[in-house]
Amino acid sequence: MAAVAAVSAFGLVAGCGGSDSGGTGGGKKDGKVTITMGLFGVMGFKETGLLDKYMKEHPNIVIKADVAGDEQTYYTALQTHLAAGSGLKDIQGIEIGRAKELSDTQQDKFVDLAGLAGTDHFLPWKQSQVTTKDKKVIGLGTDIGPMAVCYRKDLFEQAGLPTERGEVAKLWEGDWSKYVAAGKRFKQNSKDDKVAFMDSSSGLFNAMIYGNSQQFYDKQGELIYATNPVVKGAWKLASEAATSGLTAKLRQFQPGWDPGLANSTFASTVCPAWMLAHISEKAGPANKGKWDVAKAPKGANWGGSFLGVMEKSPVSKEAQELVAWLTAPEQQAYLFEKIGNFPSSKTALGMPEVVDATSDYFSGAPIGKIFSAAAQEIPDEQVLGRKDGTIKDIFSQGLTLIEAQNKSPNEAWETTDKRIEKAVG
Amino acid sequence: MAISTSTPPDGAPGAAHPAGSGSGTEDQRRSTLLHRLDVRVAPYAFVAPFFVVFAAFSFYPLIYTSWISLHRVELSTLNLMEWVGFDNYTALWDDDRFWNALLNTFTIGVLSTVPQLLMALGLAHLLNYRLRGSTFFRVAVLTPYATSVGAAALVFTMLFERDFGMINWMLSLVGVDNIDWDNSKWAAQTAISTIVIWRWTGYNALLYLAAMQAVPRDRYEAAALDGASRWQQFLMVTVPGIRATIVFTIVLSTIGATQLFGEPLIFGQGPNGVTGGADNQYQTLGLLLYEEGWKNYQMGRAATVAWAMFLLLIVVFAVQQVVKRVLARRA
Repeated sequence: MAAVAAVSAFGLVAGCGGSDSGGTGGGKKDGKVTITMGLFGVMGFKETGLLDKYMKEHPNIVIKADVAGDEQTYYTALQTHLAAGSGLKDIQGIEIGRAKELSDTQQDKFVDLAGLAGTDHFLPWKQSQVTTKDKKVIGLGTDIGPMAVCYRKDLFEQAGLPTERGEVAKLWEGDWSKYVAAGKRFKQNSKDDKVAFMDSSSGLFNAMIYGNSQQFYDKQGELIYATNPVVKGAWKLASEAATSGLTAKLRQFQPGWDPGLANSTFASTVCPAWMLAHISEKAGPANKGKWDVAKAPKGANWGGSFLGVMEKSPVSKEAQELVAWLTAPEQQAYLFEKIGNFPSSKTALGMPEVVDATSDYFSGAPIGKIFSAAAQEIPDEQVLGRKDGTIKDIFSQGLTLIEAQNKSPNEAWETTDKRIEKAVG
Repeated sequence: MAISTSTPPDGAPGAAHPAGSGSGTEDQRRSTLLHRLDVRVAPYAFVAPFFVVFAAFSFYPLIYTSWISLHRVELSTLNLMEWVGFDNYTALWDDDRFWNALLNTFTIGVLSTVPQLLMALGLAHLLNYRLRGSTFFRVAVLTPYATSVGAAALVFTMLFERDFGMINWMLSLVGVDNIDWDNSKWAAQTAISTIVIWRWTGYNALLYLAAMQAVPRDRYEAAALDGASRWQQFLMVTVPGIRATIVFTIVLSTIGATQLFGEPLIFGQGPNGVTGGADNQYQTLGLLLYEEGWKNYQMGRAATVAWAMFLLLIVVFAVQQVVKRVLARRA
C-alpha cells in the first residue's frame, strides 16, 4: 500500500513536470495533420478566413490558431514557454520589437527558413530583421507598418484647417514640427475645446524615431538612446505637444482610446497601415466618411510581424508550407485589401490590388498609393535592438508622465532613463 | 494486505503456535512483520501525498526561488546563471521602486482592509437579525466573491474611466470635475481599493455571521434585560463573542493585501499595468515582482522581491504576536 501511494504521488509530480516537454500541440493522426498557431493582435489570418481557405484546399490539414489580444501578454507567455520547453505551438508569431531578441537568444529553437521554396519575394530590410549572424532565417514577414496621418475632416474644418488630403499633407510636409505647429493652429481656432488635435504624444514620438535607421541601439548592439539625436529630438517635440495641451492624453490601445475614437475627442492620429482596421472598427459606422488619410511628414515604419516555425514541431514540413503560403504575395495583397495590413513582399507591392486600393471608410482615400509612397521612404536598413519593445513601452510611459501627471519633461526624461537602465541592465 | 486476525493479542507468535511446520513459523513471522509495517508505516503512506505535493509545489519552489535570487538570470536563458551573492538584495534595498511599492501595498492594504472588515461586521450584524428571505441575502452578499478578479476589475476599470466612465458622469451631476482615476495617485488607489472591498466584504461578512450564530442567545437576553440597546449589545456581546474570527479575518486580509496583484494589474491595463501607472502610483509588491520577472525578464531580481515579500509577512506576524501578547498582559 505504501508503495502504491508513493508511486501514485510521484506519478502525479512527474506527470506535471514532464509530460508535454516534447511536442508543440500539433501532430499527425488518422491521416489528418494538425498544425497549431500562436498569434496576437489582428494579424488577420483567422479573421479574414485565410486559414479556412487553406484547410479547404488541403482537406488533410487542420489548423488551430490561438489569438492573444495583447502582444505584451503574448510575448510573456512565449518567453515562458521557450524557457520551459513546453506549451509552444508549431507556428509562433513574432512582433518586430522582439525579432532581435529572439534571433539573438532563441535562434536554435526556430527552424531555419532560409531557402524555403517560393520565399524570395520579401523586402530585403524586412528579411534582414529576422536573419541571424550566421544567415539563419527564423521567420517570414507578414506585414510592415508604413505610416501616414489619419485625420477628421469635419473637425479640421471647424478649426479652420484645410480638409483636402493633398492640402493637409502640405501643412506638415517634410517636418514633424510642422505637424505640431498645425496642432497649435487647431487649438487656437477650434470652436470645441473638448476636442484635442491628436490622441497621444507617444504616437508622434514613435512615428519620429521609426523613420530612422538607428533608434535605441547602434549596429554593434550598444544602447544609444540617451545620446541619439533622433530620440532626443523626438522626445523634445513630443513633450512640447504634451505640454501645449494638443493631446487628448490617451494611451493608444488602452481603455480610454476606443471611446475616444467613437466619441470624436481627437482630430488626428499618426497611423501605420495596420491601424486603419482598428480605427474604422472602433470609430464605428457613425463616423464613416469623416476620416481621411494624409501623407506623413516623413516616411517611417511602425510594427509588422513575422511567422516562425518551432524546431520541436512534429509537423515541421507542413507548418513551413503553411507559413510560406500565408506570407505569399497573393495572401499579403488579400490581407491589405481586407484589413489594411501592408505587404512586406516586394512582389505584392506591385500588384494592382495593392497599388489601386482605396478605403471607403476613410473618404475613399487612395491608401495603396499613400502607404506605398511611405514605404518607399522607409530607410533600407533598420537597426533593431534586443529590448526595443520594452524600451518603446518605457518611453510611452515617460511621455504619459508629462501628459497626464504634469511632470516636467526633464524630470520625466530622468525617470525614463533610470527605468530603461533597470529594465535592460 | 495485513492478516491481522491471525496474530494473537499477546503479540508472541512463537508461544501461541508451538512448533508446527517450519514454513508456518515463517508465515507467522512474515505476517507479524507486515502487521508492524501496516501499523507503523501505512499512516505515513496515507499522509505522504500531501507532503510530496507540498514539497514539490511549495517547499521546492521556495528553496529554488532563494537560490535564483542569488543569481543574475534571465527568463529566456534560465540555464545561464551568474552567481552574484546578495547583490540583488542590496540592490533592492537601494531601489526606490521597492520602497514605493512597499508603501503602496501598505496604503492600498489599509484603504481596502479597514473599511472592508468594518462593513462586513455591520453587514453580518444585520444578517444576524431574523429577517424574511435571509438565505437570499446571505447568498447575495457572496456573489461578488464568486466573480473572477479579472471580470470585476475590468468592469470597474470601465466605471472609473476618465472621459466616459459612469462614476465621473455621476460625479459631474453633483458638479465635481472629471477625475483622472488612473493618473492621480490617491484616486487610483481608492479605485483599486473599491474593487477589493466590493469583492471581499460579503465573504468576510459570512465568516462573521457564522461566528455570530455561535454566540449564545442568552447573553443577548441578559443584556436586553439589563437595558442594553441594540448597538450596545453589538459592542458588548457580539464583538467580544467573535473576537477569534475577527483576528482570523485580519490575518487573511493582511496576506491578501500583501499579495495584491490582479486588481491593480487589470486596472492599469496594458504596458502600464505591471508598472502600476505611469508614475508607479499604484504599483504593489506583487506587480513589482511581475514587472521584474515577466516584463524585464530578470528572474533573479524577481525572486528577490518574492523573498522580500515572504520575509515581510513573517515580520508582520511577529509584530502581530507581540502586540497580541502585550495586549493580553495588559488585560
